[in-house]
Amino acid sequence: MELLVASAIGVLTAGGIYLVLRLRTFPVILGMSLLTYAVNVFLFGSGRLTIGAPPILTDDVTNYTDPLPQALVLTAIVISFGMTAVVVMIGLGAFLGSDDDHVDDQPEAAKAEEEQ
Amino acid sequence: MSLFIIVALPFLGALLPGLMNAAGRAACAGVTFTVSLAAFVGLLTNLPQVLAGETVTARVDWLPELGLNFTLMLDGLGFFFAFLILGIGLLIITYARHYLSRDDNMGEFFTYLLLFQGAMVGIVLSDNILLLLVFWELTSLSSFLLIGYWKHLPEGRQGARMALTVTGLGGLAMIGGMLIIGQIVGSYDLSVILQNRDLIQADPMYLPALILILLGCFTKSAQFPFHFWLPHAMAAPTPVSAYLHSATMVKAGIFLMARMWPVLSGTPEWFVIVTTAGLITMVLGAVIALFKHDLKALLAFSTVSHLGLITMLLGTGTAFGAFAAVFHILNHATFKAALFMSAGIVDHEAHTRDIRRLGGLRGLMPVTFVIVTIAAFSMAGIPLLNGFLSKEMMLEEATHTVLFSAPWLVPLLATVGSLFSAAYCFRLVWHTFLGPVRDDYPSKPHDPNPGMWLPPALLAVLVVVIGVAPFLAEPFVKMVTASLLGVAAEVPDKHIKIWHGLVPALYMSIVAVVGGFLLMLAFKPLLRIWDAAPRPEAKVIFESIVEAAASLAGALIHRVHNGAFTRYAAIGIVVMVAAGYHAWSTGTVGPATRDLQPAGPVSIAGWAMLVAATGGLVAMHRNRFLALILIGIVGLMVSIGFVFLSAPDLAMTQFTVEVVTIILLLLALNFLPNRTPVESTALRRVRDAAVAVAGGLATFGLAYHYLLRDAIAAPISEFHLANSYKGGGGTNVVNVILVDFRGFDTYGEIIVLGIAALLIYALTETLLDGPVRRRLLNRTPDQPRAGDMHPMMMVVVTRLIMPVVLMVGFYIFLRGHNEPGGGFIAGLIVSIAVVMQYMASGFAWTSARLRYPYHGVIGAGVLIAGLTGIGSWFVTKPFLTSDFTYVRIPPFHEFELATAALFDLGVFLAVVGAVMLSLESFSRLARRADTEDSEHPMDIDPSREEAAAETVSS
Repeated sequence: MELLVASAIGVLTAGGIYLVLRLRTFPVILGMSLLTYAVNVFLFGSGRLTIGAPPILTDDVTNYTDPLPQALVLTAIVISFGMTAVVVMIGLGAFLGSDDDHVDDQPEAAKAEEEQ
Repeated sequence: MSLFIIVALPFLGALLPGLMNAAGRAACAGVTFTVSLAAFVGLLTNLPQVLAGETVTARVDWLPELGLNFTLMLDGLGFFFAFLILGIGLLIITYARHYLSRDDNMGEFFTYLLLFQGAMVGIVLSDNILLLLVFWELTSLSSFLLIGYWKHLPEGRQGARMALTVTGLGGLAMIGGMLIIGQIVGSYDLSVILQNRDLIQADPMYLPALILILLGCFTKSAQFPFHFWLPHAMAAPTPVSAYLHSATMVKAGIFLMARMWPVLSGTPEWFVIVTTAGLITMVLGAVIALFKHDLKALLAFSTVSHLGLITMLLGTGTAFGAFAAVFHILNHATFKAALFMSAGIVDHEAHTRDIRRLGGLRGLMPVTFVIVTIAAFSMAGIPLLNGFLSKEMMLEEATHTVLFSAPWLVPLLATVGSLFSAAYCFRLVWHTFLGPVRDDYPSKPHDPNPGMWLPPALLAVLVVVIGVAPFLAEPFVKMVTASLLGVAAEVPDKHIKIWHGLVPALYMSIVAVVGGFLLMLAFKPLLRIWDAAPRPEAKVIFESIVEAAASLAGALIHRVHNGAFTRYAAIGIVVMVAAGYHAWSTGTVGPATRDLQPAGPVSIAGWAMLVAATGGLVAMHRNRFLALILIGIVGLMVSIGFVFLSAPDLAMTQFTVEVVTIILLLLALNFLPNRTPVESTALRRVRDAAVAVAGGLATFGLAYHYLLRDAIAAPISEFHLANSYKGGGGTNVVNVILVDFRGFDTYGEIIVLGIAALLIYALTETLLDGPVRRRLLNRTPDQPRAGDMHPMMMVVVTRLIMPVVLMVGFYIFLRGHNEPGGGFIAGLIVSIAVVMQYMASGFAWTSARLRYPYHGVIGAGVLIAGLTGIGSWFVTKPFLTSDFTYVRIPPFHEFELATAALFDLGVFLAVVGAVMLSLESFSRLARRADTEDSEHPMDIDPSREEAAAETVSS
């Protein structure tokens, strides 16, 4: 189980990094989403993995999983939605304003600006 | 008066001149004068205690954890400097009132001056060395503003920059030195540090600390090799030069050496460094000063020379040296400030400061002539003037000082320095005021009004009084010396006398004065030799160093930060992985303490789907719609994983967030191109893949290792599990943590979420106001639109399930405290219910039925959560203390009422508002574009008459 979770984190991170290094806004946003998953699962894992012991107090159960990372990750998930929305809006605004969804300044465009 | 008020007065008063600017120049100067006077009088009220040998203190803890406290103390030394700063400040303010022309912004000038004054007073009254550093930097900044006051002059700007660079760098070095001293002693309070001479001098870090502190002192007090900034700072208005660069700021370094004298002096290192630097500065400054033609430049180098003299005296480390130093500080402040102000008068009246264009001013400006003559002769060391007395003491001390085991070295250099000093003083008087009257002055010179000559005249009177009757100043000087020496040494049992008998110092003095006069007579041939000799130009060297440093920094920075985000990201990732690898390879890893848990076929299948979806996403990310679907699968698998690993709350949150995120990205994709073109080279893709794989392996390794090991310290979660029901009244521990244990965190998070949504709203507004609006209105969709944008079946279904979804949301919200659920999840579910209406029935139709704006919903949520927290204040509990009780209303079961539920309601509302405001903003963009507004929920509706009529007519 641990191997699966750890490798899933690794795969998500690798995919996220690769997409973040792309040149257009949309893949970069997707890459950041993948990284968000990876980070959230990673943080969640800091409570170690427990199967079948949710932190809902029940009378005859004494073994529960660690609730604290869950609480932290829960807000992290919601905040990451806010962050994604803002980044998407910025990317969209840039595209609508300049008809260009490159992440970096284009060398030729920068040169043209200088010449003006 | 409290020391706090004395320090605060100039700072608070700095607000006034700017306000009084409109009331006229007299009012502006008057208010500045009043503020300084108040501080000066306040200082004097403490004089009796200081004279009694007491130390006045004032203390407020500021950041006690860092050892940084607002502690002030006033002893003899501090009083002496504060007296000079405030007293000469009063004269300078009077003088500046008449010096500044009508074109100068007087309010600005006096504001800077008061800021500077406050910072200086702060330095000399600080009892805490960290506080002292703060004031120290403030003097650098305010002097930057003052030197560059005439912003239109390039020399002013360059001089200001140079002064800031040099003194700022010195200040940085001094911070290091002070921190070392604080570490050694274990306290940053001067009163403690000054008691620990042996501890500090025995510490191996003594030498580094000494060098760093001396760097700060030498740069501030323009000691060799940092002397070059002071002459360039003379581009400042003359009142500034007189105040900062003769009487006060350049004395800050001297002050600090004097302040630290009891703990730092007396070692061979101190002696060699300080005495050598002082001697070189003294001789060099005097020689250069002789050949300067600009009055202020001459005075500037003479100041450098005299500061060197004082430094040298402090460097000897003897009590008599310190005694002489204190006396010379007093004397130098009187005659040099008078000379600077007089130079300003000459410049003001004759419109030039070039000695070569002056001469013969004696008859034209008799008052100025008298003042200059007295002050200059005092500086030259003519008997019956105060400069003679302290110079004599300096020469006396020099005869007892043996540097580099050559007994003749120090006396010889001291005599040479005095000789040149006398020479430039004579030149100043002779070449400016004596000689024939000329007829080519740029302006007809005459004595100024008394407002300008009275301040220097007052100082000239002091010069004579102290010179004739030194016993008047002696008790004061001895008192200051006593507080400088502290416990380190006794005040020397000598008196300041005009006649000491035929001692070597007298012969040296005679040699200096006579030789100086002869040198002045032979000035013309000497000048030719000087002009022919090659010498390094400090400004050129300084500028080339600055330029070299800037181009080096530029070369480094531009290579790393070239404006390309992808490059930053790649560099950042590589650095992080490398740092992690370093930690990994140098650290040790404990043995695994947890067993691997078996993975069943279901979990392997879920893992495979996640990996396949991620791989597919990376491989096919160019097809953006497909990528959206794939990332949806990834999110779904993550949620399922959360369920499996005992985190039902997380699963529900992840799932609902997934839905709104996908909707959001779909809305964005409406405008963005549907495909990502191939742009990067194969090599680049391989490079990125390598970076990605390295990053993935690193996180995999890290995650795998810690999943198999228990935490080093016991997690605090036990507390949460034990108290969740007892203290929070809920069995869902995650929810209790969110709304109760860590409610303050959650409160901050909903605010962040609200801010993010408002930011999106603001961006949309800006976009819709600008050129984007035109572009959107003229946009044609790149794909054919569906004929039926609001299908009847979808409208009907969404409307039917709306109450059901709301009910589910309500249920999830209510049960959240005890079962998986809560405000976050309920908020997301309700948002989805509303979004469905937008999607099915159209934007116009839905917004027409909207009763509350989403901003208001966010605000209400934050307010409710906040007020819930504040409510606990009324029962005198800290913010967000929760309470709960159980009530029973027949015929229902007993149920729980908790304040946490009210807080959760706030969370719920904030989440609904934030999610809806973001999504609505995106759809408003779409609405601007190509969608026709329809007030009807369905495009095709058989029951509508006009639709039927349209169908018939077509």
